[in-house]
Amino acid sequence: MSLWEYANPKKFMALSGRLLPWIVALTVLSLGIGIIWGFFFTPDDYKQGSTVKIIYIHVPAASAAINAWAVMLVASLIWIVRRHHVSALVAKAAAPVGLTFTLIALITGALWGQPMWGTWWAWDPRLTSFLIFALFYMGYIALWEAVENPDTAADLTGVLCIVGSVFALLSRYAVNFWNQGLHQGASLSLDAKENVSDVFWLPLVVCIIGFELLFLALVLIRTRSEIRLRRAQALAARERLA
Amino acid sequence: MMPDLGKYAFAVLASYGATFALLAALVGVTVWHRAKSIRALAESEARMEKSDG
Amino acid sequence: MSALLFRDLRLAFRAGGGFGLGLAFFLLVAVLVPLGVGPEPTTLAKIAPGILWVGALLACLLSLDRIFALDFEDGSLDLLATSPLPMEGAVAVKALAHWLVTGLPLTLLAPVLGLLLNLPAESYLWLILSLLAGTPALSMIGAFGAALTVGIKRGGLLLSLLVLPLYVPTLIFGAEVIKRGASGADAVTPLALLVAITAVSGALLPFAAAAAIRVNLR
Repeated sequence: MSLWEYANPKKFMALSGRLLPWIVALTVLSLGIGIIWGFFFTPDDYKQGSTVKIIYIHVPAASAAINAWAVMLVASLIWIVRRHHVSALVAKAAAPVGLTFTLIALITGALWGQPMWGTWWAWDPRLTSFLIFALFYMGYIALWEAVENPDTAADLTGVLCIVGSVFALLSRYAVNFWNQGLHQGASLSLDAKENVSDVFWLPLVVCIIGFELLFLALVLIRTRSEIRLRRAQALAARERLA
Repeated sequence: MMPDLGKYAFAVLASYGATFALLAALVGVTVWHRAKSIRALAESEARMEKSDG
Repeated sequence: MSALLFRDLRLAFRAGGGFGLGLAFFLLVAVLVPLGVGPEPTTLAKIAPGILWVGALLACLLSLDRIFALDFEDGSLDLLATSPLPMEGAVAVKALAHWLVTGLPLTLLAPVLGLLLNLPAESYLWLILSLLAGTPALSMIGAFGAALTVGIKRGGLLLSLLVLPLYVPTLIFGAEVIKRGASGADAVTPLALLVAITAVSGALLPFAAAAAIRVNLR
């Protein structure tokens, strides 16, 4: 019994159907706790005031958006190498979720930057990278929509995802080269853990878990929908032949 | 119960508002897509049954 | 291989082949920007590298859909697929032909437009070098985008959307070379990176583009 068993659509449907209620429940629980904890029960930062509350959605959305891309890349590779239809559909399902998370990260970043940096939009490396990221997602989704034959669409978007990932890494490097940016300031950075006390850290971790679970739940639901539609199409095709 | 957000109230509330709006739209589309797929599959399976029987 | 190259070049130079389109667009950008921004020489000198690179990039984008679309429609792409020449080679040759009719003329025209934009004298060498090193990557990346969208009717907008994010590193390093060259800073690092992008695109993207074309011809 190997992991690849679940690449069979029937097995995938059975397993994901059994897991989904639990995942949805856990998502609601962790996201609810994290957001309420972050919004109502955390103190203001002495420097950033109440805007520190924005990190409870900004950071989880940004990290989930990057993970969504990673999921898409792995799923595309599996499709191209092993030609499991479910994995192509997972890649398709992940893209709109990733795009939404990217937009959330961009919008909350702009709203936070306005009082902090004095401007809605700064060409900060991370903001710029995320803008490019959003364009990638849009192009990827548009290519899925534009190609009619599902297998052709899966192949083309798979190639695009792989090439796009290489260029996304390259862009990240280029953008850093081009502008050193505002994110790195010590008091603002989450990378320097000593600046973030547990009061902020714990609800943030809960929120990150919540966003990842939300991503998982949405991708599973969307993949299941795609499998159903695909099966309906196959049945309709068989009917025409009969 | 509402925490005092001070002078940054707009930024914080707008962030949470925009996030909830986008997530609600995403969840809405996903649920609608799911309902559509269930309907489509049920229809074509029903038709298959009829043609078999 | 050379037969394919000469055929593509002949088609491009023929009337309606789109050879002049990119150049005219590049010229328009260089003329319109000072009209929009104002004639201050210092302002123009400051933004000239960016304008020239953005103009070259957009001019390149204009003619991308021609790389494969016409051959796809009249069936010569199917012939190419069955010919002894591997598809990877055909793609590379077509990208080269695209560069010869857009990238190279743009590079040669750019110094003239630099005069219009009051580009500082010490930047010209870097301008030519950066365009020479960067525009082949634009053609190769564009050929990959064109290969992805070849089967799609009215895929022009989609092609631009797919290709623009891929152009970002080339644009950033290209404009950076001129900016640094003008201020006397180290311009060799971005230039080396630009050459690296072109080399890697030229070596790897033909495989991705050929795979996409095979899928589209299936």
